[in-house]
Amino acid sequence: MSPIINLGLNTMKKIKSTLLALTVAASFNASSAERDYISIVGSSTVYPFSTVVAERFGKSTDFKTPKIESTGTGGGMKLFCKGVGVDTADITNASRRIKSSEFEMCKENGVDGIVEVLIGYDGIVIANAIDSHDFKLSRKDLFLALAKEVPTDKDGELVANPYKTWNEVNPELPAIAIEVLGPPPTSGTRDAFVELAMEGGCKKFDWIKATKDSDKNKYKSICHTIREDGAYIEAGENDNLIIQKLQKNPDALGIFGFSFLDQNADLVKGSLVDGSAPEFETIADGSYPVSRPLFFYVKKAHVGKIPGIKEFLDEFTSEKSMGEEGYLTDKGLIPLGGDKYQKVVDDVQNLNDLSL
Amino acid sequence: MWSENTENSMISKISNTEKVKKSLKSRYLKEKIFKFVGLSSIFVAFFFLLILLSDVMMKAFPAFIQTKVELELDLSEENTGVSAKSDIKEIKDVDYRKIIREALSAEFPEVKKRAEKKTMFSIISTGAEFQLRDMIVDNPQLIGSKQKIELVADDNFDALAKGQIDLTGEQKRFDDLTINLYKELDEKGKVNKSFNWQFFKTGDSREPEQAGIKGAVIGSLYTILVTLLLSFPVAVAAAIYLEEFAPKNRFIDFIEININNLAAVPSIVFGLLGLAVFINFFSLPRSAPLVGGIVLSLMTLPTIIIAARSAIKAVPPSLREAALGLGASKMQTVFHHVFPAALPGILTGTIIGMAQALGETAPLLMIGMVAFIVDIPQAITDPATVLPVQVFLWSDSPERGFLEKTSAAILILILFLIAMNALAIYLRKKFEKKW
Repeated sequence: MSPIINLGLNTMKKIKSTLLALTVAASFNASSAERDYISIVGSSTVYPFSTVVAERFGKSTDFKTPKIESTGTGGGMKLFCKGVGVDTADITNASRRIKSSEFEMCKENGVDGIVEVLIGYDGIVIANAIDSHDFKLSRKDLFLALAKEVPTDKDGELVANPYKTWNEVNPELPAIAIEVLGPPPTSGTRDAFVELAMEGGCKKFDWIKATKDSDKNKYKSICHTIREDGAYIEAGENDNLIIQKLQKNPDALGIFGFSFLDQNADLVKGSLVDGSAPEFETIADGSYPVSRPLFFYVKKAHVGKIPGIKEFLDEFTSEKSMGEEGYLTDKGLIPLGGDKYQKVVDDVQNLNDLSL
Repeated sequence: MWSENTENSMISKISNTEKVKKSLKSRYLKEKIFKFVGLSSIFVAFFFLLILLSDVMMKAFPAFIQTKVELELDLSEENTGVSAKSDIKEIKDVDYRKIIREALSAEFPEVKKRAEKKTMFSIISTGAEFQLRDMIVDNPQLIGSKQKIELVADDNFDALAKGQIDLTGEQKRFDDLTINLYKELDEKGKVNKSFNWQFFKTGDSREPEQAGIKGAVIGSLYTILVTLLLSFPVAVAAAIYLEEFAPKNRFIDFIEININNLAAVPSIVFGLLGLAVFINFFSLPRSAPLVGGIVLSLMTLPTIIIAARSAIKAVPPSLREAALGLGASKMQTVFHHVFPAALPGILTGTIIGMAQALGETAPLLMIGMVAFIVDIPQAITDPATVLPVQVFLWSDSPERGFLEKTSAAILILILFLIAMNALAIYLRKKFEKKW
């Protein structure tokens, strides 16, 4: 009996001391808010590149390794534009350019002086299993195969997407059912795919292109809405999962970032889009149409306050990381060409303000 | 049915005993069927568990083996520019990348072209230069001569060495040069495989061959510790008050109902709450186990309260009456007799709550614990991540080498859980009493 009683009493003591300790810890933290590491938020597409630089930065200098959260581009902008101070992020990654609305939000919250850094390009590939059919797609094919409503022969008329197989869309494509695995609407990859591939194909119809000026919302809903009858399957944010599914189902196509194709070139192959294959060179020179720029934005007010930001920027924009032979290219980043790269380096050296 | 029975009793008068005898067969059959169904559902559950575990283990196994390549590095004073007696800072600044590359060039003098050299250099992990640096900083005596040192191989080369790539057929992942270099090194006996201690010693990395689980394990430990320290006393106090002291009125009923409701709230809601209250209002640090632990303890509180209450309820009333009868105060009765007797049940509930908290990722997303963190957390206010988040982050990485790391992390998480459950069983057995 007695050890049990002791335990009960000890627990009581423990309760008291714990509560005390936690109150002390909490008040201590609130008062002394200092941060000795860089805090980065933002796009999950830039995350794989940002993390590589951060890791090398942490290992090769005496600064702490920056902390990088993958919050998505929009979520990152919100955190970034919340204000100035140690409890806000120093840098946000983005798989698109900052919107003017976000820029305004930043300004309203006192975040003046943002440095924009264009780091390179990312291609979005449409791929299938390596021993399956070769696809030679055009953006128009992609639009017709995946849009919710497609135009008929008559101008201005739309019908619910009737296409079941690829050869119905374009007689040159194989006669297999349309089945595309892609990211859900929350994903930046999906946004970019819709904007670059679907809209690109959509614009090929003259009357739809004309509605862009007359009725922008209608234009967007025609070009940006993906069919929901099962031909497009939302496969979650995990691109590795899509690759596994493609191996099991040779008739399916999948949509994901170029770096995943690069790493899994023995399992999947990329389809040609508008005549060019998703390769390093074609994305870099812009001939592969489905590619997007990747950015990060730096809060100027934090440079010099949080240790290491300047040095981190130098590491990121150095020739050995972002350059044409840099280590980021090993991770699938498509580097910038000469002039653009020089401009980025110049912007970073002088901390040039972004203006929209 | 009814008409049949009456008919039977009308036509032939069967005695009750015979009736029972007649139905006996079908009753036994029913029991047999139920036993069979019960047993087979256990087998089905066990079968799936076995599939899951064996799949994870099969995939995880290669992660515990590390491929290293032995190279003869020229660490002479002329080449490094420093001596064993030099300042640590100077030793740190030596270009170790260059030394590794020179060693590779010396190993394969026939590789001359630029592109081929790039392929050759990629045999060794990009993190190896930092490991070499740390090795020499720890042991400056290495400087001054040529040393044979084993360096961690790149993840692709590692996959080759582990035989994960079928080299017989047509394959596109490696060019012929890499395969030839591998074969040559392998024939010379310079490719060594050993247990991957590094996996347990380092934090996260973007290179699969450098990535370790220690950061996530420590992060999980800190988080669980904060959760335990906060939720256990509060939950036990709440349960004891509600069971033993609380008056029976509407207000207490209201609280009871809401505790049960709280147990059913989706965990992401607690994350949002944590973000709004602890980070934005109290300005506690983002991504820290402190906030993670507070949020998770909110989530586990109702679980522990409910378990603790039923454990207290199960203590026989005679125990209380005897204590009160001998002159103990209410407080003494509760803390000297009821609480110790209920402790095994309370502990079991606590461990179940902790196990739940350990596997949670959704609320941590909101408070910034889903992040790339390399440095091992030193305190509960340092940025950290936890095991399930590490699983999630690795499973989403493009590099193939992370596939095995993901499974290995899952295995560690399962082991963590088994250890906690074992502790629960031990504690229960230790304090258990039969009435």
